[in-house]
Amino acid sequence: MRALLTVFRKEFLENLRDRRTLFSALLFGPLFGPILFGAMVSRMLNQSVLESDEPLRVTVSGGEHAPNLVRFLASQGVKLAFTAWSESDARDAVKRGTAVVVLIVPDEFAQRFTAALPAPVFVVADSSDSQNRKSADRLRALIGAYGNGIAQLRSQIRGLSPLLAVPIAVNEIDVTTPTGRAVVVLGFMTYFVLFSVLMGGLYLAIDSTAGERERGSLEALLSLPVARTALVGGKLLATCAYMCLSLAINLAAFVVVLQFVPLERLGMSANVGALTALEFFAICLPFVPLGAALMMLVASFTRSYREAQTYLTSVLLVPTLPIAFASIYSLKTHSALMLVPSLSQHLLMTSVLKDEPIAPLDLAVSAASALGLAALALAATARHWRRETMLG
Amino acid sequence: MIEASGLCKRFGTIEAVREVSFRAADGEITGLLGPNGAGKSTTLRMLYGVLTPDGGSARIDGIDIRGETSAARGRLGVLPHAPGLYGNLTARENIEYFGALHGLSKDAMRARTADLSRALGMDGFMDRRVKGFSQGQRIKVAVARALIHDPSNLILDEPTNGLDVMAIRNLREILRDLKAHGRCILFSSHVMQEVAALCDRVVILGQGRVLADGALESLRSRLGAASLEEAFLTVLSEAEAQAAGEAL
Repeated sequence: MRALLTVFRKEFLENLRDRRTLFSALLFGPLFGPILFGAMVSRMLNQSVLESDEPLRVTVSGGEHAPNLVRFLASQGVKLAFTAWSESDARDAVKRGTAVVVLIVPDEFAQRFTAALPAPVFVVADSSDSQNRKSADRLRALIGAYGNGIAQLRSQIRGLSPLLAVPIAVNEIDVTTPTGRAVVVLGFMTYFVLFSVLMGGLYLAIDSTAGERERGSLEALLSLPVARTALVGGKLLATCAYMCLSLAINLAAFVVVLQFVPLERLGMSANVGALTALEFFAICLPFVPLGAALMMLVASFTRSYREAQTYLTSVLLVPTLPIAFASIYSLKTHSALMLVPSLSQHLLMTSVLKDEPIAPLDLAVSAASALGLAALALAATARHWRRETMLG
Repeated sequence: MIEASGLCKRFGTIEAVREVSFRAADGEITGLLGPNGAGKSTTLRMLYGVLTPDGGSARIDGIDIRGETSAARGRLGVLPHAPGLYGNLTARENIEYFGALHGLSKDAMRARTADLSRALGMDGFMDRRVKGFSQGQRIKVAVARALIHDPSNLILDEPTNGLDVMAIRNLREILRDLKAHGRCILFSSHVMQEVAALCDRVVILGQGRVLADGALESLRSRLGAASLEEAFLTVLSEAEAQAAGEAL
């Protein structure tokens, strides 16, 4: 036990002096997620808020053929500009970006409209540009509303009930609560949290195994009267300590960043405060030794720092697999899923975000499965360290 | 006292060490001499217990290294072939890390580190980080690290590699001093002058076998050679002739 603590202290101190470890474990790893996430989400939100506030701009060619339609659009707050473009002029203008959407009213519009035949208009837009497509959708919806109004008037004049034209009334009931909607946005925050946990221990796991071998200090260490399990245990403990630090910094950063993200502007409330951060920490804690033991196990089999780095970058991606699987099949929280590490942490954290109650059993199963697998990985690592091939 | 009896080790189809037996006594410096690939490092690694022999046994002060590993290792200081240090720790921290792992108390460690620092001439760089050290400074730290628990036996694998003349002289003095204090020292080298200058006893290894074993003087007279170099070449060529005979 004393040897284990000695190893822990030395690994902790040594890496505290390593700029590369500090950068990846305590700066880049924990802060990358919150900053990227904050920037992305606020841009996403600002954009959708802006778009619905901003007036729709439409360039109209041949507006004189449909004065009522033009008046209707103007009354709906559409900013109109009038030109006399041909279809190809309009195409060029949209392609070049000088016009967003062009509405072309052809000569025969008036004649066909009066004859109660479908009167053609053309909407020229670029559907590959999401901004442009949204404008075109809004214009189409307005023209559709205008057309419906005309259709109703026409049937009334002919003595028919306007309801004849509406055989089915579709009513959508959206059950998304404001918090629920925020969860969709915050869903991938959970991956960033797990990512920071692993990043916190990445360099330690490499440095204390493959790094020790590459430096040539391993052989002297292995010739000491110290049980190999104490060596592995001390190194694991130091790795876990850095992972916890990284996790704490990450959660604190999320709490701060989310104060500046205008979630409430879309009617969402995500209560990410100190309490949520603590709950996240408790949920992720059993994942820490599992991540540390897995990374140490992989790194122990590699010959060099560089090789360990290559393999461990793929270990960083492992937690995404269950999370991606869960979102593809939209899995709901279920006790059996608590057996899958990373997925169980993801689901539990999502439940916290949604303000849903968490079953104590789920929490226990999630922790037990992570800790059980961690013990297996640790045993495998210790076994490898007892073998003479460890010397490399 | 370090004893090897019938040590064997094979890696795949290669027999690296075959039936190696010898004894390094207390108060003596024993040299393990042999060309590259003779099995020196493999033999030493079995003696300090990081390799498991396929046959035979290794004993430190009569304690089997495989049986009571910790007790045997506690009596042994080791300077491996590549004695890597921790660059981000100071010389003192490097040395004390090993001391703590040997179970020394803080006070005992402090006193011992001060002694070693004085004896090895390390006072100038004890509290500097090891990162920028010269090869000579590194070896001193590694030797101090191997001696922190005041072991009665010391194994050094090619300790003079990469050292300049001054550093080599310095190391020789340290080893002679340890010998004067009754320690058992076993070191390997492929440089004959090195062995001739320092050793009381020589074990010559070739192709994984002990080709000759004895006190420096008796070895020279027995082989009728004027120098150790000649003796060394004689046993090596005899061994080669014998191997060729076996092949036929």
